[in-house]
Amino acid sequence: MSERFILIPGRTSKQGCGVSEGKFDESYQHEINTLQVAPADMKRMGLANGDRVRVTTESGRQIDVAVAAATGDELPPGLLFIAYGDLSSRLMDGETHGSGMPTSKGFDVTMEKV
Amino acid sequence: MSTPVATTKPAEPGTTLIEDSTCTFCGCVCDDIDITVKDNHIVDAKRACVLGKAWFYNHHADDRPSCLIEGQPASVEAGVERAARILTDAKYPIIYGLSDTTSEAQRVAVGIGDTIGGTVDTTTSVCHGPSGMAFQGVGEVTCTLGEIANRGDLIIFWGGNPAESHPRHFTKYSLMPKGMFVPNGRKDRTAVGVDVRKTKTAKAMDLFFQIKPRADFEALWTLRALAKGIDIDPEQVKSDTGIELARWQDLMDRMKAAKFGVILFGMGLTMTRGKHLNSEALLCLVRDMNAYTRFVAKPMRGHGNVTGADNVVTWQTGYPFGVNMSRGYPRFNPGEYTTSDTLARGEADAALLIACDPMANFSQPARERLMAIPYIALDPKDTPTTRAATVAFTTATYGINTPGTVYRMDDVPIFLRPAFPSSHPSDFDVLSAIQRRVTELKK
Amino acid sequence: MSSGFFKVAGGTVYDPVHGINGERRDIWIRDGKIVDAPPAPDVRPDKTIDASGLVVMPGGVDMHCHIAGPKVNSARKMRPEDKRKAEKVVRTAGTRSGTMGSVPSTFATGYKYAGMGYTTAFDAAIPPLAARHVHEEFEDTPCIDKGFFVLMGNNHFVMQSIQRKEPERLRSFIAWLLGAAKGYTPKIVNPGGVEVWKQLPSGNVHGLDENVEHFGVTARQIIEQVARAVEELRLPHSVHLHCNNLGMPGNWRTTLETMKTFGDSRGHLSHIQFHSYGGGDADETTFNSKAKELVEYVDAHPNLTVDVGQVLFGETTTMTADGPLGYYLSNAFKSKWFSSDTEMESGCGIAPIEYKNTSLVHSLQWAIGLEWYLLAKDPWRVVMSTDHPNGGSFLAYPQIIQLLMDRTYRHDMLKQVHPAVLERSTLGDLTREYSLYEICIITRSGPARILGLPNKGHLGPGADADITIYTPNDDKTKMFEMPRAVIKSGVLIVDQGEIREPLTGKLLYVAPEYDRGIESDVADWFEKYYSIRFRNYTVPLDYLHDAEEVRTA
Repeated sequence: MSERFILIPGRTSKQGCGVSEGKFDESYQHEINTLQVAPADMKRMGLANGDRVRVTTESGRQIDVAVAAATGDELPPGLLFIAYGDLSSRLMDGETHGSGMPTSKGFDVTMEKV
Repeated sequence: MSTPVATTKPAEPGTTLIEDSTCTFCGCVCDDIDITVKDNHIVDAKRACVLGKAWFYNHHADDRPSCLIEGQPASVEAGVERAARILTDAKYPIIYGLSDTTSEAQRVAVGIGDTIGGTVDTTTSVCHGPSGMAFQGVGEVTCTLGEIANRGDLIIFWGGNPAESHPRHFTKYSLMPKGMFVPNGRKDRTAVGVDVRKTKTAKAMDLFFQIKPRADFEALWTLRALAKGIDIDPEQVKSDTGIELARWQDLMDRMKAAKFGVILFGMGLTMTRGKHLNSEALLCLVRDMNAYTRFVAKPMRGHGNVTGADNVVTWQTGYPFGVNMSRGYPRFNPGEYTTSDTLARGEADAALLIACDPMANFSQPARERLMAIPYIALDPKDTPTTRAATVAFTTATYGINTPGTVYRMDDVPIFLRPAFPSSHPSDFDVLSAIQRRVTELKK
Repeated sequence: MSSGFFKVAGGTVYDPVHGINGERRDIWIRDGKIVDAPPAPDVRPDKTIDASGLVVMPGGVDMHCHIAGPKVNSARKMRPEDKRKAEKVVRTAGTRSGTMGSVPSTFATGYKYAGMGYTTAFDAAIPPLAARHVHEEFEDTPCIDKGFFVLMGNNHFVMQSIQRKEPERLRSFIAWLLGAAKGYTPKIVNPGGVEVWKQLPSGNVHGLDENVEHFGVTARQIIEQVARAVEELRLPHSVHLHCNNLGMPGNWRTTLETMKTFGDSRGHLSHIQFHSYGGGDADETTFNSKAKELVEYVDAHPNLTVDVGQVLFGETTTMTADGPLGYYLSNAFKSKWFSSDTEMESGCGIAPIEYKNTSLVHSLQWAIGLEWYLLAKDPWRVVMSTDHPNGGSFLAYPQIIQLLMDRTYRHDMLKQVHPAVLERSTLGDLTREYSLYEICIITRSGPARILGLPNKGHLGPGADADITIYTPNDDKTKMFEMPRAVIKSGVLIVDQGEIREPLTGKLLYVAPEYDRGIESDVADWFEKYYSIRFRNYTVPLDYLHDAEEVRTA
């Protein structure tokens, strides 16, 4: 079952530390390879921490990624969060709409369990 | 190029203490870090935040080769030669990055761009470039960080998460300081957050507006209308922003009642739908507010010297980023000469990447192009970008190994006190050598 | 065998410091300095420029312009549109590319000044917190020697010392601050007014005796005390002042009061044209010229000097440390607006504007500038400037020269401006024409003397070998736009309009003595209020590429 969400990539402390500690180190890799989902959405879709999902953008870019429940009410239902990194980059289109900045936050995506 | 005397006083035997050293990880550029060095390792960084500590503890002397050509160790001279040839053979060479190096190195990089008739762009184009474009349209009302510490009594954080991206910002500049006109510090201030998620920052706020995603433009224009007393449809506001008009009105009342209001804003505005139009709406709102009270805006800059990159490229070329010099003089056009575009459209045929990691951070089409062209990368670290470079230079870390000038997010220039030397050349050294060689080749 | 001498032979020399008014003379140069002719007649120069029939003057000295630092750079950043249609500065084998418009990029700034025969320029207003930024930009501004004035008129420590009635503390602080920034003299801009702007919407000070809240001082006190401190420190240049109420109808009274405030202290009032307006109640329709009254006062008081701040018609960018003025101008012209308040020190306002000859106010501004030059009895104390770029670009100096030397040209232009200029100013009656000697004074010898630079603005032995050679031309704009040759520090840097050798130029600064005890006071103040560490504030000498200290008297 595939549902629609809005994906927000962003900075986190762990990701920032990882930049210094080493981008090929365990801690950074784990941080950028984890998709945060609101607990209510996890429940409804039957997802547990560590389960893998497929996230697809409107233009067809796609990643497979492990999920983790967001803490408390940090993430409202309908939103997904991932730390900046290779996975979030794969979903970005090349189009910058004449601004130089590719759309990097607020992607319309579908998510389904794999 | 000068070397400052790092002020030291003896600490434990076998260690050196460097006081008032500067951390360049984020745009806070804290210059009050006391560094203890032992055996060319930083073992203590007093007052550094978690990001700063990671920065200081993880940039130490190593014995990696200073230069790799196609993955194989090579001399720096051979790397410079190859780099110069790549750049002078290319028809559309680009230079990108520059946010994590000194302004002395940045100045050389722009000079290389001039000599080879290349395109010079910095990480600004994927950070606050849109805010820069907005600024070119409407201007900006702003101040240095000490003004916020001394006067700011209503502090709004919009589309950013400084608790995680700039951990000492609250303490050092925006919420906690006991300032000249805010003697009780946090108690004299009201902190407001506007974001789509309830982040760590949101939890530190007095008021939090959890707006709908991609509704910043509508929210800002709602506030502009309220400031001018223009009637707006409450149903529309609720539907567009996810927040009742009454709450926005309350915020506007507080904004007008403030003595010195501040809006600090981040990527939530520049990276989503609307981009420079979002930033422009915010800058216009702040400008409007100055009819009623003192109000300032401040983009939160992410890297230690991205502000320096803006400044250097501007003073040398007249334009802040996305500058093309193919015709022998600078031309500016975001969307045309910015790196996400010159790569994604397959136009760049060689690149010089300094202190950046587009292989990790750029879109797939851009990264694919980068894989397909020869490029040179300078970085103290091993990154996806350095691993795929034709010529990769491991350079000394600015501020930890090299002196130089950086510009804090509010344009204040600060000089770096290096902790210990590195066996690797600095960005300045490598770029100067490349500049000399491309000048010879272009004769 | 090389003799080390360079000779400029047989030019028509103007050197007002030595009273030389168009006499045929040789100039000898060695090691970057002008020297006496070698006594032994068999000593040949290594290089000779035959300057017969050509006009030879010392290199130009611009004592008030805005060319470097955070304010100027923000203006550059803010105005891409200003550059697209402007002249392209194309790179060559020896020179960098750049952009023009009203705020040129740094390399272009240096090349263009040199190309016009200017060899020294001072940035008029820098907050010391940004000193390093200026030094970096200066290193990328070739061909000219440079310095800058340090903003102090809204500095908190300055105001506190004045309020506490501690002139020694003030004096030590000023000396310390100049040395810390490697600046040249204290600059006062709208004293007190910028602090009030930081406290209140549209806040400003409107008179010399208004109290500045929280600090308990007045503009008058700031001006008086800082001027006196500068005299006691025996700085080469006096305090440099941008008066309160710039641009306001009726502000001539503030200006006159300000002039009186100096007492016996030297004082330099910058861009005096903007401060010479009659009329009142902020009503532009009453605007008229009070240049005559103010010129009379300056003529009678040799402690005072001014630079004019000439307005020229066309688009330009206003940029000032006078924060509230920037807001006012952007509202008046409905243009984009940049403002930045620097903690503890100053403010800044930037707004694009256009001066139109159909506008009564702009036409009067243009006329008042010219009145100052034409009415002043002592050219040594009235310096040419446009307050670049506020009144217009420095590139317009040749046009100003023609307006002063050619009354027909001036009258033709007068016919094309707003007709009310004839009733509201005396310009229509003025027939004076400047001589080359007088032009030499107002563009080099005078400013060099006012700045207290012993080695600039003249061609006697000991002077820096900064020399401009012009081809005489009845069209004075053409003559001064394109010198035949420019020599800087004894090196031919410009030859028939081409930059031959873009040297970096040196930084001129003062480092007066002070009571070291002040440093712990200042360090405490930093600890309480600044966002940068005291230890990281001072610019050490080795940060500078090439610097020369100008000694106190």
